[in-house]
Amino acid sequence: MTGLKLIWIVPILPLLGAITNGLIGKLLSKRAVTFVALGSTGFSALFALFAFIELLSLDPSSRISESILFTWIESDKFIAEAGIQIDPLSGVFMLIVTGVGFLIHIYSVGYMGHEDGYSRYFAYLNLFMFSMLLLVLGNNFLIMFIGWEGVGLCSYLLIGYYYDKNSAVDAGKKAFVVNRIGDFGFILAIMWIFWTFGSIDYTSVFPVAHEVLPIGGFTVTGITLLLFIGATGKSAQIPLYTWLPDAMEGPTPVSALIHAATMVTAGVYMVARCNALFNIAPTSMIVVASIGAITALFAATMGLYQYDIKRVLAYSTVSQLGYMFLACGLGAYVAAVFHVITHAFFKACLFLGSGSVIHGLSGEQDMRQMGGLKKLMPLTHITFLISTLAIAGIPVFAGFFSKDEILLSAFFGETQGHLIYWALATTAAAVTSFYMFRLYYLTFSGVLRSTDQHVRDHVHESPPVMTAPLAILAGLAILGGLLGLPIIKDAHILKSFLAPVFSTRGAIEQPHPPMQIEFLLMAVSVGVAVIGIMVARYFYYTNPESAKKLAKKEGWIKIVYRTIQNKYYVDEIYDAIFVKPIFLASRDLLWRIFDMKVIDGLVNGIANFFYKLSQTIRKTQTGFVRNYAMIMVLGVVAVISVWFIVLGD
Amino acid sequence: MLTVNHYLALSGILFVIGTVGVLSKRNIIVVMMCIELMLNAVNLTFITFANYLNDMTGHLFVFMVMAVAGAEAVVGLAIVVALFRNRETLNIDKLNILKN
Repeated sequence: MTGLKLIWIVPILPLLGAITNGLIGKLLSKRAVTFVALGSTGFSALFALFAFIELLSLDPSSRISESILFTWIESDKFIAEAGIQIDPLSGVFMLIVTGVGFLIHIYSVGYMGHEDGYSRYFAYLNLFMFSMLLLVLGNNFLIMFIGWEGVGLCSYLLIGYYYDKNSAVDAGKKAFVVNRIGDFGFILAIMWIFWTFGSIDYTSVFPVAHEVLPIGGFTVTGITLLLFIGATGKSAQIPLYTWLPDAMEGPTPVSALIHAATMVTAGVYMVARCNALFNIAPTSMIVVASIGAITALFAATMGLYQYDIKRVLAYSTVSQLGYMFLACGLGAYVAAVFHVITHAFFKACLFLGSGSVIHGLSGEQDMRQMGGLKKLMPLTHITFLISTLAIAGIPVFAGFFSKDEILLSAFFGETQGHLIYWALATTAAAVTSFYMFRLYYLTFSGVLRSTDQHVRDHVHESPPVMTAPLAILAGLAILGGLLGLPIIKDAHILKSFLAPVFSTRGAIEQPHPPMQIEFLLMAVSVGVAVIGIMVARYFYYTNPESAKKLAKKEGWIKIVYRTIQNKYYVDEIYDAIFVKPIFLASRDLLWRIFDMKVIDGLVNGIANFFYKLSQTIRKTQTGFVRNYAMIMVLGVVAVISVWFIVLGD
Repeated sequence: MLTVNHYLALSGILFVIGTVGVLSKRNIIVVMMCIELMLNAVNLTFITFANYLNDMTGHLFVFMVMAVAGAEAVVGLAIVVALFRNRETLNIDKLNILKN
């Protein structure tokens, strides 16, 4: 038990690293910066592992440990403690964050080696680790919110890392502003929770939720929907997903860590953490599942005709997050967390692999300029292929197990319209395997299409410091599925491990379908994945000309092509509906009329009035002592006269 | 027989003469002498009442005022000397540098 009380060391170490590198990083040598950054996260990961092992050694029912560090805010009935809590759910997230985070730190040493602002980069990255760990380890909503905002800040800072590049700065701002909309919902939900329960501690909210609130009542539906708005912002779901593809302006390891493996899954963590609330709000569950399923398909189709390698991965991240929310909405939280884990492995590997490709091609990100890297970058190629197979849902690889579990819950779910969810998710799976293999073939097969001689001459495999994390993550992308293998009757490892967190009142019983149907469904999902791969192979490997011919065709196919290539014009629509009116109103109404006329008029008017007044009064100041003395005497005479008149004798 | 009223009247007359002097004289030294006159008019009132009320507090105040008057004269005359060295005039109507 004592070891778990020290769990606060896990988030504190990266914070110390961030402070050191942030304050004096510029004075330190590159070696020292690397040592501080990697040391702090490495030890943090080690501590996290020890803590997790200790957690495992405990009895399943007592696998929770809380430690209050100090009382942070105390105001009448409102008490917020700086408390850290570890239970199976936060334990799993803690391991992902520290483990994948550490690997990406190592990778960054190679990837960012030639960049300016090396210490700044690692300070931000360490700060991100701290915030993310705070988010998953907090024991009340406010601590989670601090972490939530912290990761948002770090995301903003790291997207805008190349601050001399206009598009990067804009993307950072966009991410920040869009996230603010979600955070608004989250903070309202926290207030509402405090209003209802009189506390913001998990332990005094979740166990009593089903007693305090009626099932499907207004309050619980409101709270959960507001929480979900927060989740859509951070986890890039419809309608707030637009920031994530733009976030690819940041350095690639950042995309891997923040915009694929960890931060964007914060929304899933939050929904899973609040399962006690969501379970008694059926309406919210339907909203969560629908948004998730629609996002999964919608984002997948947007990835179809992108040519920027990182943007394809970004849309696939949005799509995969959609799967996780679909699972949450169906009550299959274990499947959601399972997919978070496997996704963290294969998506981090994909991003780091794309980073390796970009690095090897001197910064080229356009897939039309790639090709034939199979022989030139063998290690990157093999790890990339493994993770592509994993995300496509081919058996043996991790993604198959988690995605299949989600599809299974959708097929046998009790929610209304669960078959529609299943159909959407299965279609999305086919689309996913198509565009992922399109990416794979465009990048690795054929011949190098780049015409830039400098790029052609400098193609190289990345150094071991970058390929080693790739290999580890690819290994995890293969083995991660083992977590989902049934060992105990009716429950796989992860399910029984997470059971204490998710066995709250009102939990939706997960189906145990007959084996035959289960295998049939697996066959269907593998089938659609293989079809997607075959189509991609036809268009981009065996018959590359046909894709170009298709793109040139007139008629409806061109309209579809254009629409998808322009991402359904969502950015343009948002721009027309929200950004432009606000911009115009701010400029013409608030600035030119209200600020310049009303505010400035008022301020200048007051100043003018006193200026004029003083111009008159200053004439009495002659500078002659005698005049002042005269006025004094007259004043005294006046006072005495009044005295006599008033008292009168 | 001299009554309290006589003394007070004299004191009042001296005070008014002093005041008018302060306000009308141009030479700073004369102005300062007029201020001394006003102070002594007040001293006279103090003594008068002290004697009339048989209370020694009045005497005390007189000594106090005399000490202050002495100090004031010292400082004032020093300023006058310094002023004369700089401006070569003691005409109070030409000394309006406070205005700027």
